[in-house]
Amino acid sequence: MLTSVQDLGRWGYQSSGVPVAGAMDLPALRLGNTMVGNPENAAALEVTLMGPEIEIKGGGAAVFAGAELGFSVNGKEVGSWNVVLLNDGDVITFKGPRGKGCRGNLCFAGGIDVVPVMGSRSTYTRAKIGGFEGRALKNGDVVKVGEPSPLWKRTGGFNIPEELRLTQDPEAPLALMTGLQEDAFTEEGKKLLFESEYTITAESDRMGCRLEGPKIGHTEKGADIVSDAIPLGAVQIPGHGMPIIMLADRQTTGGYTKIGVLSPLSIEALVQKMPGNKVRFRKAVVQEGADEQKRIKDAVRRVKELYASYVSRPEVKAAAAAAAPLSTHFRLTVEGKSYDITCEEIS
Amino acid sequence: MSVYIEEPRYLTAGESCVVAEFADEIDRGANDAVMELKRYMTGQSEIPIIECLPTYRSLAVYFDPTVVSADDVVRVARKAPISVKSDAAAAMTEISIPVCYGGEYGPDIANVAEHAGISEEEVIKRHSSRACHCYMIGFMPGFAYLGGMDESIATPRLTNPRTVIKGGSVGIAGKQTGIYPIDSPGGWQLIGRTPLRLFTPEASRPTLIEAGYEVRFVPVSEEEYKKIEAEVAAGTYKPLITEAK
Repeated sequence: MLTSVQDLGRWGYQSSGVPVAGAMDLPALRLGNTMVGNPENAAALEVTLMGPEIEIKGGGAAVFAGAELGFSVNGKEVGSWNVVLLNDGDVITFKGPRGKGCRGNLCFAGGIDVVPVMGSRSTYTRAKIGGFEGRALKNGDVVKVGEPSPLWKRTGGFNIPEELRLTQDPEAPLALMTGLQEDAFTEEGKKLLFESEYTITAESDRMGCRLEGPKIGHTEKGADIVSDAIPLGAVQIPGHGMPIIMLADRQTTGGYTKIGVLSPLSIEALVQKMPGNKVRFRKAVVQEGADEQKRIKDAVRRVKELYASYVSRPEVKAAAAAAAPLSTHFRLTVEGKSYDITCEEIS
Repeated sequence: MSVYIEEPRYLTAGESCVVAEFADEIDRGANDAVMELKRYMTGQSEIPIIECLPTYRSLAVYFDPTVVSADDVVRVARKAPISVKSDAAAAMTEISIPVCYGGEYGPDIANVAEHAGISEEEVIKRHSSRACHCYMIGFMPGFAYLGGMDESIATPRLTNPRTVIKGGSVGIAGKQTGIYPIDSPGGWQLIGRTPLRLFTPEASRPTLIEAGYEVRFVPVSEEEYKKIEAEVAAGTYKPLITEAK
């Protein structure tokens, strides 16, 4: 259970040794932000497994974009991918994972309003950079929400069809685009990687997903290299022969051999898995990854169109106009056993 | 292990990154070529790129694959005029780093002196006698990988790493020397400390030292250290940086 402020990541500072960080499920964040009228890179609360309890001060709109974690308002389950309007005193809770994925992004209209550090609101906890005081949220925190889109009152009830959510089949093998130091591995080792089942271990976190399974052998070149860049989704295999998939909080550079990089939607599938879950790999080419990025961009564009059409429906406009005017200054409070966030707005 | 500056390898690194590799070992010429390619790629306007990450021997170029393709990036990178040859150091920007050596600032200087069989004064002299090359920044925000230290003062790491080392501490680990940018645990032999801030997250240029810089350590007294420290805190200190011609 971990809740932190994340956007699309801190790009542009890797040459200063600053990790990108950002949301683990990037497509979900882009879609969720679009659903509440935010720019794609607005900051949200990344929720993992058991979510926090949040008390709302003021009002606003929110959507939970990602796995089904039982997102509820005042005890009533709203579910993922449904925009809900929030009123003063409302309490958000999460009833727990439903066996389909373990994380998502709680996107508020207006985005989480923390001071950007090096151009990003993402939290990188290891160096205490960005987000809310550089750390995960804890009980009693008061978090502000930014100025929402003027149309936010019309977003209540908006949802998007299944195929636009880009939810991946958890059984499908992960698409691994080979490259980088692929020639540092034995033919036998590469064959094993693509033919075997691997188990996600409990040491996995936002930095990397560690796998256990048949050992991948290196050639006489060995497992160590002179440090070079680590892209998102790089499959790094150190001397112990067990793959580690490098995720949001990965270091910018590293000295272990990498056999390739996972495709963007395979990364999405992986970050929804939990320790103990199994994964398989299949060989893919770079074009497949590029096509997936286009597919994500197209889905975001279509959601933008659906949003625009939803907020201009006469009945939606009428309902929003009839609703009691909510304060433009709103505030969010989170309370829970180990968490408590209060979100306070703005201006 | 080899160097192939004239015929760099372009490695596939997923759909959003291409790595141009000039060597598979640490080589000054290859690193200079990395910096040349970085300058070219960040200066060109033919294709948009997100960022370039220089390392010891390669340049990672990150881009948006819905806008440009990996092939485009390689095509543009091949146009870069790389003039350096293996192990021929190019003219580089030099930065002076004031260091107060020994005492509470460098509690392990006696270990280094004993290991080298020389006096502490001689350790200071050798450590500050030649500029070190910053091959890359990595490992942690603002940490500079420096090469070229006088090998006569090379000393193994501490057997018991410290749990907290103050940011600015200058240390030696084997043949490497470096500066801890922020408070962190570590096992390097600490010989001094700089009052400069190596990493300032809120600054437009968050790191003081950049990949490709020459770094010169300048011994200062405790009095000067405190004076510079106060200037740094007040935001009035200007680090001495000599730009490459």
